[in-house]
This record gives sequence, structure tokens and C-alpha cells, in this order.
Amino acid sequence: MENQINYEKIEQSARTRKHIQRTLVYLLLTFWAMIVLFPFYWMLLTSVKSYGSYNAEHIPAFFTLTPTLQNYADAFTAVPLGRYLMNTVFFTAVTTAAMLIVIILSAFAFARLQFRGKQLTFTLFLSLMMIPNELVVITNFVTITNWDMRNTFAGLILPSVTSVFYIYLLKENFEQVPDELYRAAKVDGTSDFKYLCRVLLPICRPTLITITILKIIECWNSYVWPRLITDDAAYYLVSNGIQEIRENGFGRENIPAMMAAVTVISLPLIILFLLFRKKIMAGVSRGGTKG
Amino acid sequence: MEKRNAKAWLYLFPALLFLGFFMVYPLIDVFIYSFEEGYNFASQTYFGVGSYNYSYVLRDPYFLQAVKNTLILVIITVPLSTAFALLLSAALCSIKPLRNLFQTVYFLPYVTNTLAVGLVFMILFKKTAYSDGMINLLINWFGGSSVDFIDGPYWAKMFVLCFYTIWIVMPFKVLLLTSALASVNPNYYNAARVDGTSKRRIFLRITLPMISPTVFYLVITGFIGAFKAYSDAVALFGTDLNAAGMNTIVGYVYDMLYGNSGGYPSYASAAAILLFVIVLTITCINLLVSKKHVHYS
Repeated sequence: MENQINYEKIEQSARTRKHIQRTLVYLLLTFWAMIVLFPFYWMLLTSVKSYGSYNAEHIPAFFTLTPTLQNYADAFTAVPLGRYLMNTVFFTAVTTAAMLIVIILSAFAFARLQFRGKQLTFTLFLSLMMIPNELVVITNFVTITNWDMRNTFAGLILPSVTSVFYIYLLKENFEQVPDELYRAAKVDGTSDFKYLCRVLLPICRPTLITITILKIIECWNSYVWPRLITDDAAYYLVSNGIQEIRENGFGRENIPAMMAAVTVISLPLIILFLLFRKKIMAGVSRGGTKG
Repeated sequence: MEKRNAKAWLYLFPALLFLGFFMVYPLIDVFIYSFEEGYNFASQTYFGVGSYNYSYVLRDPYFLQAVKNTLILVIITVPLSTAFALLLSAALCSIKPLRNLFQTVYFLPYVTNTLAVGLVFMILFKKTAYSDGMINLLINWFGGSSVDFIDGPYWAKMFVLCFYTIWIVMPFKVLLLTSALASVNPNYYNAARVDGTSKRRIFLRITLPMISPTVFYLVITGFIGAFKAYSDAVALFGTDLNAAGMNTIVGYVYDMLYGNSGGYPSYASAAAILLFVIVLTITCINLLVSKKHVHYS
């Protein structure tokens, strides 16, 4: 009898401890989720407060009852935000497309073609992965300046159309495609290039999509190179644009309009992320570097 | 064979061209620059060859300040973010409901523009003439007095920079650690449970060794990433980082190259090589340490 009561007590206390533990875990997770989300909330909130009411708040208000879209109109009319966005879309599209062509061709050469010096070339390629961008950016800046390519899209795009890492990733993927397909194509008299386009690329589409998305994120957020190479606002990308807006944007300290611009800039990638959530997260854990 | 050789090189040609122009040549050139003394950017001439650029950079107070800032940033953010990411990932792996939602939310900072969201952080922390800002409001609630985190005392600024850096790097770490934790073979846990092993011991003796390669990878990439910190500082304190006293080594390199204080590619090269040497040394030390503590299965 005595024993039975003890068991119940032990079970009871174990259950309570489990409950407490679970609550603590959820509290911790919610705490960090709030820290992550709060800046986004503040950004959205501030962007719909009117200029007058924002500046009248001595103590910041956590919500607003009179939201306005005026700031978004200001962001597009008072500063060339539309231009920055167009520039970035163009830069991202061309860079990503050019990079895909370059890396597909060389990954194919490494994965399927036989040639002298292949191992050596590939090893040299891999060793380039260890070179930090900061070392090469100085000479690239001088090169592009000497070629008179400052404030051109060519100058912005050219240095970032190759990525050794993506060549490596794609080559690994190409090699997983069975040899039989290649031989069968050869027997049918298909050219290498046709085989690449008709067989290899469709099979490796998931990897290609991952690489494309990662490159788009990288392009959209690039700041250092565009800042070095452009000082004409007509060629600014969004990162430089937002810095320009911050430093001499609306002619006065117009924080709500600034936040509207920030919202507009952040939204495309957040939407892209929500659409391709699984792909992006899998891609980053395979090939991401940031942190 | 000759024909096939030519064809393969044709496929490789674009990559070789771009890598040659924008990776290999600059890599050699940066060393040459760093030893050319008195290089003039406009006429592209120099006086002589020597190590003056290095001694200039090493004596430049702005560079020393940048090194100090970067080291503090590295020492604070790398251990803190790794440990906290481990805690969050362990918490994530122990729950079922809402797990996907939390994971999605935690990943958001990865896809945001560092410059743009940095501006939001600046607004949150900034103290202006008409308002103390959001964070100071919180501090006041808990009985503290307002601090200007953006233009104020050094440690306040350093705190914001560290906080923002951790906010930015968490997604990558949490993502990798959760997948590492999820891939630990559950048989080990079951065996330990049969033996009545305590939770602490399970974590230290099973979980940690099993995920040690990932932790180690994160520590190394964390070190490298933090040493290269730059755009987060720009986002918070503006482009004139020297004036704010918050410059980083990479920021010093770019300031030497371009901008108001720019036009000195030789100094920039010397500083960039010094950074590379520091990062390489730290990475080698990490590798040596890991040999003892990392278990590759």
C-alpha cells in the first residue's frame, strides 16, 4: 500500500517536471522568435505612421490607429527607390543568368569530358575557394577603374559571374547521373552540348534551382562591390540606395518614409523565402556561408 | 584526343577567363601592391619596393582601433552565438507542435538585406532629441536610464554591433545544428536511457561528440565571418566608421581604397594581407584544437 502511493507521487512529480520543462522550452523559443520578428514589426509599424504623428511621439507607440500609405508614395517619388529596385532586378537577373551559363559549362567539362590536366585544373579551382574576397577586391577595383567601367552594369556584374563553389556543387551533381545515359546518347549520335541541355540539365534541375536562389539572395544583398564601383545614383543597387537615403534621403529626417523604403526592399526576398522555404533551407545547409 | 582536349578547354574557357582576370591575377597583384611604396593611383607609378606599407598600416591608429573592434566583436559573438544556437536547436528538436513555424521565423534574418534591417536596428536603439527610442523605453521600464547606443559611449555601440551580428548569424547556425541534432542515431539515446544515464551526461557524452563536426565547422566559419564584419557596422553607424570609432579591419581596407580617405591601394593591400594572415592563423589554431576534440565517424 505504502509503495503504491509512492509510485503515484513519483509519477506525479515527474509529470509536473515535464510540464515545467516543456513550458520553459516554449518560453525560450517564443522569446527568440519575438526578438527576430520585432524589428520587422517595428519596420512595418513605423512605415504606416504619418510623419507628423511619428515625430510627435516622445514615447514610441506600439501600434497606430491611423495607418497611412503616404510614406510608400514618398519613398517612390521623393527618392528614386523605383530606379534602385529596377537596377537591382536587372543586376540580379543578368549576374545569375551569366553565372549559370559559366558554371554549367565548366561543371560539365569536369564531370563528363576527358582531357589532359583535368585533375590539376580541378585542384587549382578548389584551392581558389579558400581565397577571401577582400584580398582580390582591391585589384578588381583598380582593374575596373582602368577599364573605365565605373558606373556601368558591366563593371558591377563581371567580377561576380563565376563561383568556384557552385561549379564544385554542380559537378558533384552531374557525376551522380548514371554513365549509361551518356553512352546511350553517344550511341544515338547526340552531341555533348545537346546531351547537356536535353538530359543533364533537366535531371539536375533541383540543384540548379537551389544555386539560382542562393545567388539571387547574394546579389540582392550585395553591398561592398556596388559601393566601390558606383558613385552615380543612377546605378545604385538597393543596399547602396538605402544607405544614400539614410545619409541624404528625404531632405529631412523622415524616418517613416525611410522605413517604407526598407520594407519595399526587404519584401521581395521574404516572399521568395516563403515560397521556396524548403528549397532555400536545404540549399543553405548544403552550400550556404554566412555567419 | 587532341580534338576532345580542345573541346573541354572550350567548355572551361569562360570560367578560366573570369577566374583568371578577377581571382588569380588580383591575388598576385595584391601582394605586389602591398610592397610598392608611395604608389600613386592617378599616374600608376611608385618610388620603391619595401615593407613601408605594412609598417604604416601597423602604426595607423585607425587600423589599431579597427583591429581592437574586430577582435572584441569576434571574441564576444562567436562563442555566444554558437552556444545560444545550440540551446535553441536543442529546444527546437525537443518539440513537435509549432516546430516548423519556429524554424521558419528563425531563418528570416538570413534572407534580409543587412543594410536595410540594420537601419531598423538603428531606429530601435537610437536616442534622438525628441525621443529616447524603443530600447531605451524598455530600459526605463526596468528602472535604468537612457543610453545613446548609436552615438554614445563605446561599449553601448559595441553592444549594438554584437547584438546585430548575433541576430544576423543565428539562422545559419540554428539551421545546421538542428539538422545535425536530428541526424544523431536514436539508438545511442535509447541505450543510454536503458542504463539510466542522466540528461546532462547524455548531452555531454553522446550529443556533443556526435555533433562536434558541425559545431566545429560553425566555429570556424563564425570566426572567419566575424573577422570580415563590415556591412553590419555600416548599417548601424553609417559609412564614416572611423569617425564613429567603430571601424572594422575590412572597413579599414575599403576606406583606404575608396571614399573620402581613399586612393591608397597599397595601404589597403597591406591591411588586407594582414587580415588574411590573422584569419589563417586563427583557422590553423582551430584546426589543431579540433584534432583533439572533434569526433568524425
